[in-house]
Amino acid sequence: MANLRDHMGRPIVAVTGIGVVTSLGIGKADNWAALTSGKSGIHPITRFPVDHLNTRISGMVDFLDSSSKGASLLTYELAETAANEAVAESGLDSNDFGGPLFLASPPVELDWHDRFSLYNSDGQGAGAERLLRVARGLKETDTFATTQFGAIADRLADRFGTRGLPITLSTACASGATAIQLGVEAIRRGECDRALSIGADGSATAEALIRFSLLSALSTHNDIPEKASKPFSKDRDGFVLAEGSGALVLESLEAALARGASVLGILRGCGEKADDFHRTRSKPDGSPAIAAVRAALADAGLSKDEIDYVNAHGTSTPENDKMEHLSLSTVFGERIGSMPVSSNKSMIGHTLSAAGAVEAAFSLMTMRESVIPPTINYDNPDPAIVLDVVPNKKRNAEVGTVLSNSFGFGGQNTCLVMAREPV
Amino acid sequence: MSSPRDVVITGIGLVSSLGEGPDAHWQKLAQPGLQPVIEAARFAPYTVHPLPEIDWNLQIAKRGDQRQMETWQRLGTYAAGLALDDAGIKGNDELCTTMDMVVAAGGGERDEAVDAAILAASESRNDRDVLLNEKLTTELRPTLFLAQLSNLLAGNISIVHKVTGSSRTFMGEEGAGVAAVETAAARIRSGQSTHILVGGAFQTEHSDMLLGYELAGYLHRGPWKPVWQRQGAEGGGLVSGSGGAFLVLEQREHAESRGRKIYAELGPVVSGRARRSRGELDAEIAALLKQAALPSRKLLALSGASGAHTATSAEKAALDANPAISARGFATLTGHMKEAQFPFAVALAALAVDRKAAYPVFDAATEKPFEGIPQTVLATAIGYHQFEGMALVNAA
Repeated sequence: MANLRDHMGRPIVAVTGIGVVTSLGIGKADNWAALTSGKSGIHPITRFPVDHLNTRISGMVDFLDSSSKGASLLTYELAETAANEAVAESGLDSNDFGGPLFLASPPVELDWHDRFSLYNSDGQGAGAERLLRVARGLKETDTFATTQFGAIADRLADRFGTRGLPITLSTACASGATAIQLGVEAIRRGECDRALSIGADGSATAEALIRFSLLSALSTHNDIPEKASKPFSKDRDGFVLAEGSGALVLESLEAALARGASVLGILRGCGEKADDFHRTRSKPDGSPAIAAVRAALADAGLSKDEIDYVNAHGTSTPENDKMEHLSLSTVFGERIGSMPVSSNKSMIGHTLSAAGAVEAAFSLMTMRESVIPPTINYDNPDPAIVLDVVPNKKRNAEVGTVLSNSFGFGGQNTCLVMAREPV
Repeated sequence: MSSPRDVVITGIGLVSSLGEGPDAHWQKLAQPGLQPVIEAARFAPYTVHPLPEIDWNLQIAKRGDQRQMETWQRLGTYAAGLALDDAGIKGNDELCTTMDMVVAAGGGERDEAVDAAILAASESRNDRDVLLNEKLTTELRPTLFLAQLSNLLAGNISIVHKVTGSSRTFMGEEGAGVAAVETAAARIRSGQSTHILVGGAFQTEHSDMLLGYELAGYLHRGPWKPVWQRQGAEGGGLVSGSGGAFLVLEQREHAESRGRKIYAELGPVVSGRARRSRGELDAEIAALLKQAALPSRKLLALSGASGAHTATSAEKAALDANPAISARGFATLTGHMKEAQFPFAVALAALAVDRKAAYPVFDAATEKPFEGIPQTVLATAIGYHQFEGMALVNAA
């Protein structure tokens, strides 16, 4: 009989379904095959013209029906696709899920194509006044829906039959991890036996790219796109904007076992800590990230020696990778030099609101498959960052526990600890 | 019976067209026949309830911080500061660094001048995608992006007020405010947290914020009317207002151990998602009222009704059907504040409980007086488009 309560007497939270979409493909099988063969999904941008842009590459998902239909519809389709895979794997009813929904998704805005089309459907007046006048004469509400922050979750709730008021959240680049954390907490509080946590981001529009570019956050290594994302390398010059989605079905271990579900892994702990230093930079001593890692370990009831592998945030920005190394070496001490730490973003880019969920999905697969995906493009190691980044080639290894990091603008730091077995 | 893990309200930060702070709001709202502050010209044919004059320096000491934000983030950071001050937490490092935070947020302001210039140029250009790249790469202020990001209201609260225990931002109009309060309360009740800052802000004096409603025709047009009296008038019935509401929620034991004044106890918080296109709204509101376990005595209700025709008439019918309920539609006096609407309703409910008095009617034609001391007050937010929530607020 498995222990059903954790070290703090709370219900143990199991994962019974996993779904994922990235620029590498749809579903776990395609993604895992690409990821473990060191294949990059980064490619030249074709969705919109790249005139005047300093960055002309991305990890956009260009192969879905909604890929050219704007951020809102694409984010929905990404979320729906990943969730469908996860719920199907769990064996639960995909039209009557019966637990709450936590969706990490990008903030919404009226798409420029809609703005242009509304504006040019009328010749009178100008600017906002014209848009408002046209808006109040609209006969359809599809455009309206794209501007409502709760609309994607509302549609997903209909699609999957989730229970209650769905929560849509943003903690910037940590959002996907926060969605999982909210699900874990709801199960631990005994509010539900299961939760559907999704991170989805289809918001790689021209304006989004330009905004990140103006903050000097993006790589401009356009010539060989698949080489642009190079976490922990000396010549890393920014992240690569990308899209994707990850979904987990979370269940109390007790409920999962009672219905005979396959347990794919355990969500052992979550930790977070906000940074009050700067809007885009982290505190120079790394203390908030360090605190988030330690909080996740404490929540999981594991010591620092009990983590086998770190799925790094590893964005490939000069700032993140330096800070992440500082925090990991502070927490893990000398052991960090011999612990595998790899970045999925070297292959899929930074999927922003989805990243924490996508990388949790890959972390769980790493344990299940006993294969660690590599950090590719590791050709010029940064001498200031001494890590075993699993350079360029996958590694076969027994992995029983994973720490997955997510750090974001606005001082957001969220870490997840996952385990292969309930213990 | 009180319990050490009760959720109590120990800090309230409010800003609306009526002024700032709980005292100013109480004094204004307790006046019978108070007239709303409205701005009918600037966004005609729409009326809005504008922000009062605010000295940002009082809560955001550094000019550099103020410059990094647009009005929405400043407003939220300001209201959050008021709540922290009110709870005696501001400036207390130990309490701030262990404090959790859930913010209900939409998006920040776009640069209207840049957008208008791009739209004007689009009339004579067919290569609109290239036009976008050309204009956005040269005319956008780099830091404006951060002023637009939903989670950067929380980020600014961390930076300015040093609240760093945890930081989560919920999105989704009124539902975000409901979920924020509901989740915060659940975390305290279960022992996952001891003190949480929760709330939101809405800055309506920007064309995109009006557009967000008007793409589905939700805004009221023509002469202003009280929130319950807009059915049949021109437009969709909703009059928006700028404002913010933050609450400090605390575990009773935690508040008592530091000797803080308790405004009220936060009772059940309930939420739902009616599939309105299937006609489920009436039943959902009835179910939430039942789930909230209303006391059998007479009950004051602070309704967040927006004025949006369908949702407001459904809520009014449900409240009218219970003769024990005396409702106050506060949007009559503040306008609809979207993500901040539910935290605002809870704050006004807590004030009434604390002051041991009901608000006079906000609309003499449709609301009925409440005599006596309100022991329990209902707060509601039935979304103008989707999502519903309620809470009961009890005497401390």
